[in-house]
Amino acid sequence: MRICGPKTSVCCTILSVWGIIMLVLMGIFLYTQSVALAEDLPYDENASWKTPQEFLNEAERLYSKSAYNCWIAACLYVVTLVISLQQYYANRKASYTI
Amino acid sequence: MIDMEAKFEKLENELKEVNTNAEALKKTFLELTELKHILSKTQIFFDEQEQSLETESYQGLLVPYEIRASGGILQLSFVAGVILRERLPLFERMLWRVCRGNVFLRQSEIDVPLEDYVTGEKSNKCVFIIFFQGEQLKTRVKKICEGFRATLYPCPETAAERREMSIGVMSRLEDLNKVLEQTKDHRYRVLVNAAKDIKLWISKVQKIKAIYHTLNLFDLDVTQKCLIAECWCAVSDLDRIQLALRRGTERSGSTVPSILNRMNTQETPPTYHNTNKFTRGFQNIVDAYGVADYREVNPAPYTIITFPFLFAVMFGDAGHGLLMALFGLWMVVKEKTLSAKKSDNEIWNTFFNGRYIILLMGTFSIYTGVIYNDAFAKSYNIFGSSWSAPPKEDKDPNLYPEHIQLNPLEHFSNSSYPFGIDPVWQVASNKILFLNSYKMKVSVILGVSQMLFGVLLSFLNHRYFRQPLNIVCEFLPQLIFLLAIFGYLVVLIFVKWVTFDASQSSCASSLLIMLINMFLMTYPKDPCYLKEMYNGQRYIQTGLVIIAVVCIPWMLLTKPFVQLYQWKQKLHKMTQHSPIEENAGEIEDRVNQHHSGTSHGESDGEFDFGNVFIHQAIHTIEYCLGSISHTASYLRLWALSLAHAQLSEVLWTMVMRIGINASLQYGFLMMYFIFAAWAVLTIGVLLIMEGLSAFLHALRLHWVEFQSKFYGGGGYMFVPFSFKAILESAEKEDI
Repeated sequence: MRICGPKTSVCCTILSVWGIIMLVLMGIFLYTQSVALAEDLPYDENASWKTPQEFLNEAERLYSKSAYNCWIAACLYVVTLVISLQQYYANRKASYTI
Repeated sequence: MIDMEAKFEKLENELKEVNTNAEALKKTFLELTELKHILSKTQIFFDEQEQSLETESYQGLLVPYEIRASGGILQLSFVAGVILRERLPLFERMLWRVCRGNVFLRQSEIDVPLEDYVTGEKSNKCVFIIFFQGEQLKTRVKKICEGFRATLYPCPETAAERREMSIGVMSRLEDLNKVLEQTKDHRYRVLVNAAKDIKLWISKVQKIKAIYHTLNLFDLDVTQKCLIAECWCAVSDLDRIQLALRRGTERSGSTVPSILNRMNTQETPPTYHNTNKFTRGFQNIVDAYGVADYREVNPAPYTIITFPFLFAVMFGDAGHGLLMALFGLWMVVKEKTLSAKKSDNEIWNTFFNGRYIILLMGTFSIYTGVIYNDAFAKSYNIFGSSWSAPPKEDKDPNLYPEHIQLNPLEHFSNSSYPFGIDPVWQVASNKILFLNSYKMKVSVILGVSQMLFGVLLSFLNHRYFRQPLNIVCEFLPQLIFLLAIFGYLVVLIFVKWVTFDASQSSCASSLLIMLINMFLMTYPKDPCYLKEMYNGQRYIQTGLVIIAVVCIPWMLLTKPFVQLYQWKQKLHKMTQHSPIEENAGEIEDRVNQHHSGTSHGESDGEFDFGNVFIHQAIHTIEYCLGSISHTASYLRLWALSLAHAQLSEVLWTMVMRIGINASLQYGFLMMYFIFAAWAVLTIGVLLIMEGLSAFLHALRLHWVEFQSKFYGGGGYMFVPFSFKAILESAEKEDI
């Protein structure tokens, strides 16, 4: 039942909570196409766009894809949170019975 | 105490008894074991001996020729014993030499190592049996055995007796084993019982020791009936102390009350700052540099705000500040449970004792982070940026060029971003150039303000200690010098910010070169950024330079000469009084004058002018050169905030961007791991390393640049008697 010790479970819990909050927010910012994150998007190095509209279409596609990536990663962190919380309580119980 | 002594004595005696008993038992055990071995081994020897006697081949037995010749069976006596194996060869050789080969030694090893009853060591021993004839040889053999510390045992001659003896020995051994076991158990039980109480006893003894140590500091009174001591105590606590003394007298049931009297003294009292759990952290970091002189201005209350603020100017990231504030908040909210844990970890204790400092530093960092518009290396556009891209025609199919410089006259809506730096700077490649100018000027403004505040605090010190000479000769010139040069610089900074706009930006004055020209007294007309900023600047600046230069000899010369003059006056007055000695009133006057102290730093007997002058010269040079170097030193506020911003930007670009960039099918998996790596690096590098660095530099700015303007720092702490402190320090010594 116990995979990791008490300190690791606490660290993982805190990391998961931070991850959930931050990744959800980052997903929202990417979805709303904030300019701040414009330089972080994975543009194709060799592509050359002929018109601004082309570029904007590509940017919108990348924005929404990155947003979904962030949100799915946030879901993974929810799973991690559940696991590490369970580990934390298992550790607490084990130290009480001794 | 007497109870405990009695208890300890009893315990000691009991243990000693148990130990001696155990020793005796072990000795008997050892003897019996050796006897057992002897009995078993000698059986073999005797058999052999009978054999050899029958066959009449005396191997290794040198018998004198005459006795052999007389024939018959020789009557040999023997001794049997046990010796350490290492000593056996030497023993044999000694026997051979001393008895001239007339003794016969047989030996055989004991397989099991035997335990010594005193030391508990196990050693290998051998059984030996020596055959000889005659009394003289017997004494010689016995002496040699004694010398080699071999133990001899009486061994019966006939086999039947030997068998009986060995049976007896076995049964006795069994009994002895049982008794030994029981002794061990008993001793164990006694020790376990003592172990339960030992911690309590140790702390009691330490407390009693501390009390007696303090009582030893008392003196015996003239009447030999009571103890007197001189001590320091806080004036505000006098009532509480009287109350406590009365309660103590009641509790101990004595009829003689303890008396506390106030007395006057010439010694310097210790410094006592009354702190609570919030202010104690800040007082500690001030005291770490030097404990304040008695009754001088305490910089700690101001440090509560200025220290976290200067830290925040260097840290300047709202996201990191939020994390730090949450950490501090957790420690503060969980104060009681965390302090009950009593950890040994030095680092944790340091963080925990500074929990309020950390909380404040984090909160202030959130504020400066919002001003710098920086949270985890990204800016936030809350109010809408005031800058806009150059407008394009609808029909224009081209993209923008790769780099454009926006013109503030055309692309800036004339209302600035309401709070903080405009978020557009985040995507600008000249962000650092822009922010450098801003941060450097802010650093100089903050630095000059803090130094000015320090000089004003020195005025409070002079006023409290009633040194009007210092106010006129030190405070005023220092203030004027600082304001004339650096106060003027700050004013110029504000003027430059306010009066120049984008249309004149190429001619905006260069303040640094202007300051240098102010001292060189050159006023060029050519590059437009070196022209005068306002009419009459030349005359005002020349005036300020002259005033500042005048301050230097004012600081240097006035005080020593005035003190010399005052001393001469005093001597003059004293020599005037000495020829008139009959009048007792005059002598009283002289005594009074003698005691009315003049400025400090002067003993009653001598006035060393050279010493005072050198001291004043050092002070002046330190102040004047220091004012320039300290102002430049405050530029570290700019440098560290730049470093922090760049570090967090690099971390984002190098780490987090990989996560966002992942355009693979399973990009979210990359994001998952990358976020964990980014988080760990943020905490390790940006929070801990940069946090410690900014903490250190903010502390240095306080200790050196701020406190050198007014702080004495030569006092000693008031350390009252406290059981808690004594027990804690004793614990640390043990560990």
